[in-house]
Amino acid sequence: MEFTTSPLFERVERARRRKPRVKDEFITLAHGAGGKAMHELVEGLFLDYFRNPLLETLEDQAVFEIAGDGRAPRLAFTTDSYVVTPLFFPGGDIGRLAVCGTVNDLAMSGARPLYLSAGFIIEEGFPVADLKRVLQSMRDAAEEAGVQIVTGDTKVVQRGGADKLFINTAGIGLIEHGARFSAAKVRAGDRVILSGSMGDHGATIMIARGELELETDIRSDVAPLWSLVEAMLETPAGIHAMRDPTRGGVATTLNEIALASEVCLRIDEQALPVRDEVKGACEILGLDPLYLSNEGELVVVVAAEVADQLLAQMRQHPLGRDARVIGEAQAEPPGIVVLKTAFGGTRIVDMLVGELAPRIC
Amino acid sequence: MKYVDEYRTGKIAGRLAEEIRRISARIGDPPLKLMEVCGGHTHTIFKYGIEDLLPPNIQMIHGPGCPVCVIPLGRVDDALAIAKREGVIFTTFGDMMRVPGSKTSLLQAKAEGADVRMVYSPLDALKLAKRNPDREVVFLALGFETTAPSTALTVMAAAKEGVGNFSVFCNHIMIVPALKALLDSPDLKLEGFVGPGHVSAVIGARVYEFVPREYGKPLVVSGFEPLDVLQSVAMIVKQIAEGRAEVENQYTRFVSRDGNANALAAICEVFEARDYFEWRGLGSIAHSGLKLRKDYSRFDAELRFAVPGLRIADPKACQCGEILKGVKKPWECKVFGAACAPETPIGSCMVSSEGACAAYYNFGRLSKLAERSAVAKP
Repeated sequence: MEFTTSPLFERVERARRRKPRVKDEFITLAHGAGGKAMHELVEGLFLDYFRNPLLETLEDQAVFEIAGDGRAPRLAFTTDSYVVTPLFFPGGDIGRLAVCGTVNDLAMSGARPLYLSAGFIIEEGFPVADLKRVLQSMRDAAEEAGVQIVTGDTKVVQRGGADKLFINTAGIGLIEHGARFSAAKVRAGDRVILSGSMGDHGATIMIARGELELETDIRSDVAPLWSLVEAMLETPAGIHAMRDPTRGGVATTLNEIALASEVCLRIDEQALPVRDEVKGACEILGLDPLYLSNEGELVVVVAAEVADQLLAQMRQHPLGRDARVIGEAQAEPPGIVVLKTAFGGTRIVDMLVGELAPRIC
Repeated sequence: MKYVDEYRTGKIAGRLAEEIRRISARIGDPPLKLMEVCGGHTHTIFKYGIEDLLPPNIQMIHGPGCPVCVIPLGRVDDALAIAKREGVIFTTFGDMMRVPGSKTSLLQAKAEGADVRMVYSPLDALKLAKRNPDREVVFLALGFETTAPSTALTVMAAAKEGVGNFSVFCNHIMIVPALKALLDSPDLKLEGFVGPGHVSAVIGARVYEFVPREYGKPLVVSGFEPLDVLQSVAMIVKQIAEGRAEVENQYTRFVSRDGNANALAAICEVFEARDYFEWRGLGSIAHSGLKLRKDYSRFDAELRFAVPGLRIADPKACQCGEILKGVKKPWECKVFGAACAPETPIGSCMVSSEGACAAYYNFGRLSKLAERSAVAKP
């Protein structure tokens, strides 16, 4: 077949970079799944209404100075809501998730998480014993992460007004170094490091729902990543971008970075760490671990010359024991994530489309 | 992972690719056009980059064996009409939720208030019916003979247990009439077929013997792992080089010559052929669809609910029809990749991961991009 149609591919890439718009009349679950539809909602609607320079960066947290004279320490600020179902799952529960998710969004900017708020929306009839379990687990996770929950709010809604329990947390962190990470700072030649195996959280939640009648030993990886990041920050020079690949998985995070930096991220399938149990569940369900969510992993893109040193530092930490280089950034083709398959071919890895599974966090 | 990794090793792939190159060199020009019938094969070909491994004188043509892709617009509208009825819980498989009808999809209908739920098995829909006796639970059944037995067994279970609030909106189709229609199509010249895999586990390999006998084309029943597909291509090319045309079975670990008698018996017990069924792209094909037999017609959603039953033409810009017949490649469609992309599909081929357009968009655009880069930096 003669391919003389390269204008077509210009067209596809132009369409991928088009200003996102929400065309739907109603919100669908896909708008919350972390993939393309959610990007449309965030960039095409929320950003339009709330636009300001801090929000425009579309990072997982806002980073700002209190004094504004360039000398004051910088703060990071973020918020996240948790609606996971089931509330309790192997390896964690909604409480642990609510603390770790927000702590991790702060940590990805290199901020030491300091204080959290916690808002609870509780459905009438929710057992107090379950609430106690969730609170205990939030206390434990906060202690592990070195943060304090210093303010909060409670609402109780009538039966059916919410599903059991929803939690919102917001967090403030302090950036104690000069480095600035951004998904837009990646350059050709940089190395992509993943801190551990992919998809444990997403697979755990899908199986914990019991709809599939699968039994496995997979546990969620939900953990506060600050102590790992703190170890990495001993030598912050050379770290360009850092994100935690939650909803939409590693594939979506890599696409965000590739598009923000207009580089190609070339990933080696054989270097991607996936547990056999997760791989097996994915084979049965027709899922790709690249799109499964993680709650205790991070992707860091780093200058090639410091990659080995950073990797060694990460591996000394329990949460980075299985860290490895999974690929590198190249100049061409820009905005694309390419996977070199173990089979010997190459293929594109795009963002998640639609919903893989709702309410995973 | 055992039983999976063995079929994905690059080393053996290299050897097979070399063998294909060697044999096909003997055949020379013009290029051999081989059709992989199943959407599952199309998915594998793009996901593993198999076309990268084939010599230029072998072209893979992507066939119509993606059940979601061949559902015509009118049937989607019928499904929506049932789903929007008061008191109905409408259930189906995941991919079907996103297929656009003439106005909306089931996913959008769900956001607008219809009770549409994704299930993994028709038995889950039956369970829902038993748990919600005051609701009407409808299962949109689709797929070839692969999935028809599980629908049949579910209907039999519903009959045995006397579940009155369960019904099936049946869109099951059969592979052999579709293959015949393709072979009779004047605008398509094919030299061989990578034959259906999972369908054949049910119907057996023998039913394809008319393909070599009446049309003189080789057909190799193939598995879905990348090495399966590559080996099947090698077997077809070998037949052509040796002047043979036969049905061969590459997928011996699942497919027998006569198929699965129990599964076939279940299909025959519950279903009978429709006089005609419309396929997107291929048009109306005689005896290609299944409907519930009279004994089970009380579970037929088309009889229980009034459906519009209209034939609706595809959107003008959409060329799914030509793509399903293998007459056009996905990238030759005017709306491909811009107006029609996986998040905003216009045609069904962009919805299912087994659809040629979605497979090509998601995995296969790379070779073109690399070309573009090469053009950009001479």
